[in-house]
Amino acid sequence: MDTVSKDTISQKRETPGRILEIRRDFPILNRQVQDKPLVYLDNGASTQMPKQVMDTINAYHEFHHSNVHRGVHQLSQEATELYEGAREKLRAFIGAASTKEVVYTSGTTESINLVANSYGLANLKKGDKILISNMEHHANIVPWYMIAKKTGAEIVVIPILDDGSLDMDALSELMDNNVRILCVNHVSNALGTVNPVKEIAKMCRDYGVITVIDGAQAVGHFPIDVVDLGVDFYAFSGHKMHGPTGVGVLYGREELLAKMEPFMGGGDMILSVSFEKIIWNELPYKFEAGTPPIAQAIGLGAAVDYLNSLDREFLESYENDLLEYATEKLKSVPGLKLVGTAPGKISLNSFVIEGVHPHDIGTILDGEGVAVRTGQHCAEPVMDRFGIPATTRASMAFYNTFEEIDALTDALLKVTELFDVTD
Amino acid sequence: MLLTNRSKNLYQEVILDHNKNPRNYREIEHPSHFAKGNNPLCGDKLDVYLIIDDKNVVTDVSFVGDGCAISKASASIMTTLVKDKTIDEVNKLFEGFHDMATGKIEPDEDPKLRRLRAFSGVKDLPARVKCATLAWHTLDAALKNQEIISTE
Repeated sequence: MDTVSKDTISQKRETPGRILEIRRDFPILNRQVQDKPLVYLDNGASTQMPKQVMDTINAYHEFHHSNVHRGVHQLSQEATELYEGAREKLRAFIGAASTKEVVYTSGTTESINLVANSYGLANLKKGDKILISNMEHHANIVPWYMIAKKTGAEIVVIPILDDGSLDMDALSELMDNNVRILCVNHVSNALGTVNPVKEIAKMCRDYGVITVIDGAQAVGHFPIDVVDLGVDFYAFSGHKMHGPTGVGVLYGREELLAKMEPFMGGGDMILSVSFEKIIWNELPYKFEAGTPPIAQAIGLGAAVDYLNSLDREFLESYENDLLEYATEKLKSVPGLKLVGTAPGKISLNSFVIEGVHPHDIGTILDGEGVAVRTGQHCAEPVMDRFGIPATTRASMAFYNTFEEIDALTDALLKVTELFDVTD
Repeated sequence: MLLTNRSKNLYQEVILDHNKNPRNYREIEHPSHFAKGNNPLCGDKLDVYLIIDDKNVVTDVSFVGDGCAISKASASIMTTLVKDKTIDEVNKLFEGFHDMATGKIEPDEDPKLRRLRAFSGVKDLPARVKCATLAWHTLDAALKNQEIISTE
């Protein structure tokens, strides 16, 4: 059966040559899955790495590898220079004032755990409130739940509206003098909503509330300036911005980091150790115990270089076009309902199809070479809020094409035909 | 419409039918055995109810819950197969089904598995084996009087 109507054919769009050129940097996009060309639409879970990043990591291993901050020998100095050079790139990438404010971690989860344990544990007490948005990833809920349990602080949920936007009116009402910390993602991984972080941070400053922003889903999509945003802490992961897994960053305002105790103890985070007295190392090393993910950090630096080499303004507007196109195309799928339609969201569509479980959708799509995420997206409270067990999520990156959106739509039409879904 | 062979193998008519019209989909008010099954990875949840008489025979069995087509159809077919069987027979069926779903045996190797053959397709999909076996693990837990189980 021909599942593509004439109307949808006439709406077909051609992917710009600049995007096709960028795609050549990503070797994995050429592979086949189930004898079909891979259509990778799971960028919210992990983005692919360009060859430039892989080459940098390889070159490091082949020529420079050693431990950092330790040896007087040539290799250790080279490794240290590359590793610290990447930190400087990351500093500039997020607009931080100093590399003292750029702490390497294993990823967003560790970054938030660091803040919760080092800042939260020391500064929260019974009667204090932690505001957490209803659209947080578990990584920005569970660490706070653990700290609330230890300190007696109370977790208060900031509600979201039906379109997946944060309820800013409710937030204003929730603000009071007992609120100490506010946790919100810059971009929701389950809904794609972009939260007004600058406005939230301003409101928080007026009340002396510390902001902890989960930026995992933002960094790969648009430029970040932590100073302009006016946030206190900003966490993100390398592998969601075309870098490797195993490395991430915690940005913290120097004034706050300076007062915090280390999260983990070990080598490299101390200036001197005796059994009587230990002196912590200076920032940011105080928070970097043990041998860090050196190759990954250097690879992340290469990802920053790569993103900087692209015309990000063009990519942003192209991703908007992709989203608009995908949203329009998905309308042709019977029984499909989008979850999260906030204005200005990133290029991500989360949806349910009446009568078909997301896992069945995911398996059938996989059979067509289309990779999407299905399930709760580590954001169970979001699923509860919308009264659904799970969603299917197609999350795009700048290297995705209009043709791939057509492939997604065609595969979904096969699902609805198999399960006999009608509008 | 051309589906890949893998999808065709998995989503056979019998599975789609049991998904749409699950058999024995109801609560039993006073079950002698009961368990809640949960697959946190997918959010699949199902409850299995049993009435077992003093001769160790399953005289009634039912389920309710939410899940994908594979888990729902598996639960539905399971209820039709274990009814009027002894606990021993049920255990053997579970064992055979489990071995088939994980690719240890072929469905043709055991005539008892004939009606479960549709699920042999999951062996190529590690992430979906748990969907097919959730109902059976829950049944097993009910028989062993463990009220809540989770397949992770």
